[in-house]
Amino acid sequence: MAQSSRGADGLSSIPALLQRNAAQFGARPAYREKEYGIWQSWTWAEAEQEIEALALGLLNLGVDKGDFIAIIGRNRPYFYWSMVAAQSVGAIPVPVYQDSASDEMAYVLDHCGARFAVAEDQEQVDKIIDIQDDLHQFEHMIYVDPRGLRKYDHSKLHQFAQVQEQGRAAKDSLMSELTARRDALDYDSTCVMLYTSGTTGKPKGVVLSNRNIIEASKSSSEFDHLTRNEEVLAYLPMAWVGDFIFSIGQAYWCGFCVNCPESPDTMQVNLREIGPTYYFAPPRVFEGQLTNVMIRMEDASRMKQWLFHTFMAHARKVGPAILDGKSVSGWDRLKYKLGGLLVYGPLKDTLGLGRVRVGYTAGEAIGPEIFDFYRSLGINLKQLYGQTEASVFITLQPDGEVYSDTVGVAAPGVELKIAESGEVFYRGDGVFEEYYKNAESTASTKDAEGWVATGDAGFIDEATGHLKIIDRAKDVGKMADGSLFAPKYVENKLKFYPNILEAVVFGNQREQCTAFINIDLNAVGNWAERNNIGYASYQELAGHPRVLETVKEHVEEVNRSLAEDPMLAHCQVHRFLVLHKELDADDGEMTRTRKVRRGVISEKFEELLGALYDGSEEKFTTTEVTYEDGRKGSISATLKIVEAQVVPVAQEKVAAE
Amino acid sequence: MLDQTEGYTTEDGRKIGGVVMEMKNITLRFGGVVAIQDISFDVREGEIRAIIGPNGAGKSSMLNVISGFYNPQEGEVWYKGEKRPQMKPYQVAQQGIARTFQNIALFEGMSVLDNVMTGRIRQMKSGLLAQSLWKGKAEREEVENRAFVERIIDFLEIQHIRKTPVGRLPYGLKKRVELARALAAEPSILLLDEPMAGMNVEEKEDMSRFVLDVNDEFGTTIVLIEHDMGVVMDLSDRVVVMDYGKKIGDGTPDEVRSNQAVIDAYLGVAHD
Repeated sequence: MAQSSRGADGLSSIPALLQRNAAQFGARPAYREKEYGIWQSWTWAEAEQEIEALALGLLNLGVDKGDFIAIIGRNRPYFYWSMVAAQSVGAIPVPVYQDSASDEMAYVLDHCGARFAVAEDQEQVDKIIDIQDDLHQFEHMIYVDPRGLRKYDHSKLHQFAQVQEQGRAAKDSLMSELTARRDALDYDSTCVMLYTSGTTGKPKGVVLSNRNIIEASKSSSEFDHLTRNEEVLAYLPMAWVGDFIFSIGQAYWCGFCVNCPESPDTMQVNLREIGPTYYFAPPRVFEGQLTNVMIRMEDASRMKQWLFHTFMAHARKVGPAILDGKSVSGWDRLKYKLGGLLVYGPLKDTLGLGRVRVGYTAGEAIGPEIFDFYRSLGINLKQLYGQTEASVFITLQPDGEVYSDTVGVAAPGVELKIAESGEVFYRGDGVFEEYYKNAESTASTKDAEGWVATGDAGFIDEATGHLKIIDRAKDVGKMADGSLFAPKYVENKLKFYPNILEAVVFGNQREQCTAFINIDLNAVGNWAERNNIGYASYQELAGHPRVLETVKEHVEEVNRSLAEDPMLAHCQVHRFLVLHKELDADDGEMTRTRKVRRGVISEKFEELLGALYDGSEEKFTTTEVTYEDGRKGSISATLKIVEAQVVPVAQEKVAAE
Repeated sequence: MLDQTEGYTTEDGRKIGGVVMEMKNITLRFGGVVAIQDISFDVREGEIRAIIGPNGAGKSSMLNVISGFYNPQEGEVWYKGEKRPQMKPYQVAQQGIARTFQNIALFEGMSVLDNVMTGRIRQMKSGLLAQSLWKGKAEREEVENRAFVERIIDFLEIQHIRKTPVGRLPYGLKKRVELARALAAEPSILLLDEPMAGMNVEEKEDMSRFVLDVNDEFGTTIVLIEHDMGVVMDLSDRVVVMDYGKKIGDGTPDEVRSNQAVIDAYLGVAHD
């Protein structure tokens, strides 16, 4: 392919975009972070200086071209600067999930051979110190928060501000080197390496070039008409590709301001204070917010409840149509306006979504009721479908063409193809270079013509022209009688109930489907409080007969809805149990992005799975759990196995499939 | 009289200074009951000093003597090289000694921020009139004190509950708010009355880290009473052991652990 090694206007790297922003609108805000109760801000010109000082400091520490620099911390300006400073000196930033356990971190640092790391605080520094003996190539560590670190051996440990200070002091001697390295960056140089969470096996390092990131950011920004006036709140893990695209790619391309919350626990409050115009959240965040609204409404006065329910009913009727610009009667419009004044406006404001112009959700299917709730309030919430390997964007929903069960049309510059097997393939400028040190996986994922296998099965919906995703291709299986088994589809239906946090459906090569279920402690706990049901622990609540009864009703409702679809009627859940512990990434049961790891779960809970199929009514089990600090313990419980009613399926229907 | 000899260096390399407070032959009686009987010990600058003992040993009474809540019938309290006259608790607080309470004594209806601000009262000098008019000095003072309090809120990681009424908080967080209020007074000695009582393992670990960090970051001398032996042995530099109002041991955690009188009275049979 004949591709230029330079981007438009010579803007072929993130540091080049930084310089453009600082030169063209240096006085506009680039970063804000709430600290000591006040929003502190940095303009583009100030950000450029901070990043330059750090880049010089990195040169001073001996960072070479092509070195990997691990970046471990929550969303703070310092870590975004670290990424761009690393790029400026020709190094490659590798953001790492800050909640990784030591051994996960060891794998990543060892695999990329990082010589340097920028870490947030004592907790992260301790983790790296624990593992650094096994990392022979590892040299220096830079930390931001000095608390508790004063007495540490500082021969290889440096404070962020001091590295910058040394960089400023050495500016005269190092500036020419920095300029040379920065100017050498082109469209083909590596922009960032991101490790995929991997629902199976070890994480893979996805190498993304400047071309990938800048082209993807550019076309997606144009798609949604993003400008430098946007405000975003950066709260999703920095190691996730989405945050890199939103908070660096698009932010630098458009020149908008990235706002960092005060602490992970203040995200909701900070969201209200900032009122972002461009907002991304995975479905679970939207679900959580909606659950909270509903719980709080139940405590509201009768008058307020009446107002809420009356106007929400009206919003559900006409809100999405108004948002899509379709024709709605004048009376309905007027009533919707009144509702906006009394209910929708204040509610959106409370949620921090009052100013959202473009909102996205992705990563998992979102429940139609949840999706419609936000859209009926007039929030332009849309869906996208993406992957790390695509620099996020594969498909997007255009304004005015939004459906809860599709993921949209091909993103600008992306081509789509559905293979015989049903697997979705794509290619475009955002397609990753390679998996680092893993030619085999690269070859099996990306073919010579640049087509990438998504690993998801899907089809193009004829009515809308949008892509619909059914399930992970490798999870789609066959049941014993040969009918289609799509666990994710069923799990999503279950998870749409606020009471159900997670579900894992089994049935591949089996006669019937069964399920493990996790209750949502927030929703079920609130219900228990209302009904005077006492409980001391998650485990006790999860085993309560009335909770089981409620979950059973949900499962049966799902079964009825599945029965209507001839292709999936066989996936009805016959038996289920409510797990005694929450599935957790620390125990390896989920990925850090909270996707269930089927293989791990079915091995770990093998005896429970056995009990689902051998007809027993209850099962005693002991499970090992890992605490946050890495210690292990165990919990045991006797779990009830519940039979759910299924709707009989006519045999001909299956035959017709 | 006062032992002002040079301090010592702890195993983890912290420099401990000279004696900052000394209790000399303290005896405290309530009617016929002897709560504390002839106890002497000292507290050195920058150290974490623990007082342990079984229920009813007189630990809290001892802390109350230090904070000026009780005045002992016999004995002397020496603070910063001077013998302390009989004092009211607020006078002791003015000398730079702040405390937390075993049963949490916060203003339940007020927000966390307001509760912590009350810890700054000693630093507020403007008069009632100025404060109600909210002009000049009063405003300036409030801004300065708020900035100081915000640093403590950040330090103890309670930003998310800044505006929450204390009454709505769970126990572990209330304890942390109480610590924040004590720290807001910029004490030179911090008295902690069972800071980990009733906490789960995770909360205890957090609290231990905060106690260590406070000591490390601000150089605050800490005197604490604690039941959890694991916590005491990990945290403290030196330990006083009390039983039935008497001192039965005093020394480093290791020394105390191997002291037979202590083992008999408090630890019972050694676990490991």
